[in-house]
Amino acid sequence: MRPLRATRAPVIHRSKPLAGPDADFSSGARSEAEPKLRLSGVKLFGRKSQRFDPTPSRLNYRLQRWMLTPGVRRGLRVGLPIFAICAAAGIYFGSAERREAVVAYVADVKTSIQQRPEFMVNLMAIDGAGTNLSEDIREVVPLDFPISSWDLDVEQIRDTITGLDPVKSASVRVRPGGILQVDVEERQPVIVWRTRRGIELLDETGAHVERIASRKEHANLPLIAGKGADAHVAEALQLVNTARSLGGRVRGIVRIGERRWDLVLDRGQRIMLPTERPVRALERVLAVNEVQDLLERDVAVVDMRLGQRPTIRMTKAASEDWWNTKVTVGNGQ
Amino acid sequence: MMTDLYQSQRAMRQMRRQAMQRGVVAILDVGSSKIACLVLRFDGANRLSEDNSIGSLAGQTGFRVIGAATTRSRGVQFGEVTAMQETERAIRTALQAAQKMADIRVDHVIACFSGANPRSYGLDAQVDLEGQVVSESEVGRVLNACDVPDYGVGREVLHAQPVNFALDNRSGLIDPRGQMGQSLAVDMHMLTVDAVAIQNIVRCIKRCDLELAGIANSAYVSGVSALVEDEQELGAACIDMGGGTTSVSIFMKKHMIYADCVRMGGDHVTADISMGLGVPAAVAERIKTFNGGVHATGADDRDLIDIGGDTGDWEHDRRTVSRAELIGIMRPRVEEILEEVRVRLDAAGFEHMPSQQIVLTGGGSQIMGLDGLATRILGQRVRLGRPLRVHGLPQSATGPGFSSAVGLSLFAAHPQDEWWDFEIPVDTYAARPFKRAMRWFRDNW
Repeated sequence: MRPLRATRAPVIHRSKPLAGPDADFSSGARSEAEPKLRLSGVKLFGRKSQRFDPTPSRLNYRLQRWMLTPGVRRGLRVGLPIFAICAAAGIYFGSAERREAVVAYVADVKTSIQQRPEFMVNLMAIDGAGTNLSEDIREVVPLDFPISSWDLDVEQIRDTITGLDPVKSASVRVRPGGILQVDVEERQPVIVWRTRRGIELLDETGAHVERIASRKEHANLPLIAGKGADAHVAEALQLVNTARSLGGRVRGIVRIGERRWDLVLDRGQRIMLPTERPVRALERVLAVNEVQDLLERDVAVVDMRLGQRPTIRMTKAASEDWWNTKVTVGNGQ
Repeated sequence: MMTDLYQSQRAMRQMRRQAMQRGVVAILDVGSSKIACLVLRFDGANRLSEDNSIGSLAGQTGFRVIGAATTRSRGVQFGEVTAMQETERAIRTALQAAQKMADIRVDHVIACFSGANPRSYGLDAQVDLEGQVVSESEVGRVLNACDVPDYGVGREVLHAQPVNFALDNRSGLIDPRGQMGQSLAVDMHMLTVDAVAIQNIVRCIKRCDLELAGIANSAYVSGVSALVEDEQELGAACIDMGGGTTSVSIFMKKHMIYADCVRMGGDHVTADISMGLGVPAAVAERIKTFNGGVHATGADDRDLIDIGGDTGDWEHDRRTVSRAELIGIMRPRVEEILEEVRVRLDAAGFEHMPSQQIVLTGGGSQIMGLDGLATRILGQRVRLGRPLRVHGLPQSATGPGFSSAVGLSLFAAHPQDEWWDFEIPVDTYAARPFKRAMRWFRDNW
């Protein structure tokens, strides 16, 4: 005889649980077994065990349908976490105290990274500068080593160094090994400029190099004077070069009216050069000098300002001699 | 006359179209013993297979079952809703489980039910064509020319399908559109049911926050799924033995031409066992399922079945019954049901059909030896039918009890043209005066 036990769910005739898509196929009666282990408290206010009616309540039904709506599902999966994170962050940073703490912590971490020995600069090496200039540079770039390379503004240091008068150009970089390498190219003085305020050295571009106390310190350099002379150093150097044949007689070049040059020789002689093409005019004077020994005579001024009409002014004594001398013209009269 | 029917059926067609666009629709088979719910996902209509052949199931594979659930029916008797609250709860249960399995929300539902006294009418009409060519409006006109019988107050048309068109003297046309001729005749099959039953079901579904996208008779849809294609073509009867009702539908040339319903089913067999043996209905159901049959043999006398009980009375709880006795209880009832079906088939003139194939399906057809008994009563060509296989249907839902649910899925995917799918001719449709005026102008100027 076959034993027969009445169950309350006559719908299920399944001998073993099915796998695959059928596993989800649920008939109206409760087919899943009661869990063997269960916390005793859950049963009290959890779902009713062995509920006979499997019908969901209206609310449950609607809630499930709502939760199965694609938009709601997406909202819960994406929107809700985002909202939760935003809300948590908002609440946390709502208080100024905590905000400051976070800022301080970040700053702390930042400093601790910047202060690592790999980033520290210990000394400044200056190449291509004389002793005085090096001292000047160290003076204008006041850094107290060791300093983190994050705190160095290399651009600004370079601008400061380039701003120094004797410096033509400079490059600043942090060399491996924690050295701040400064490569300086110094300005070379080529000319001495005497003004009412003192004596200065200029380089070939007319830039100020140094102020000196006496002309004698740089006796080998040519001398220029006059207002605005520093703007035309190149021309002055050409003139000096041209007047080289005069040797030691050249005293210097004077800029007149910020317009033209006067070449000053010893014995108070002066060669007044035109505004346009002064070198050519000087060459003419030198050519005459070569042939006629013009400048050896009692000539005070050779005026070359008008190219068509070079003029000579004699010295006072010579003029007086000239008046007392009877000049014999070529025909003997 | 038919305007509000047109409106409601067209609204349902519109709903169905919306559901197709959304891609998900629920199938609800409201039966007397169980409520089955399938959730279908439509992947796009009529996709051909890779090799451009029409594919399996003759292109009916546009959908896939992604959720299936069944629950014991409550509040449904003889295929009609009798207790609305209970039915609503049962529908909710099935639908929730199916939705949970499908993991998607379903808003549209297509339902079928078996009861409500279905009655078939054969309609015909003939009109002279206005032009030479049959157009869609001509089809609508001839359908509308059908002489609708007085089917009674409180009844409603559930199906009205044109089953045959004849153009001049050529009959048997499936689709006359575009053909040339002088006069067009149509044969139409109309199925009416009690309006109250439809209203009750509609109301139950509305109370579950669902939209009804279609409604069908389960005799029709179980025929769609249980009859194979050549049976539908050559003519066959599908007998769906449900819990509360046994539905009969006759198919010919792939159209249902007759449907009826016997208000007896498997539940009555169970009730007989329950009364005859004095056991609860649940036990009777179990005994019927495991040990039932309709043919007694000598061995059945010795096969004793423990029918049990939990009264505490030892004698009462140790009762046994032989299988022969059980068969003796079941067989008269099954015979009665089949005799009744025979009467309905005779009334429909089934013996005049060229092919008299009979297909038994439904949960009740699983009784052992039923096909032998049915052969004696209904005719020689009886077979047991199972529903068509559709994609994704769980193994547990492929039994004959699900033939109407599966048929309803096929119906949802490929509904047959019905009366209301064609435009009503404007001259009978008073709601369009402007069009009438336009037509008058066209005709007279």
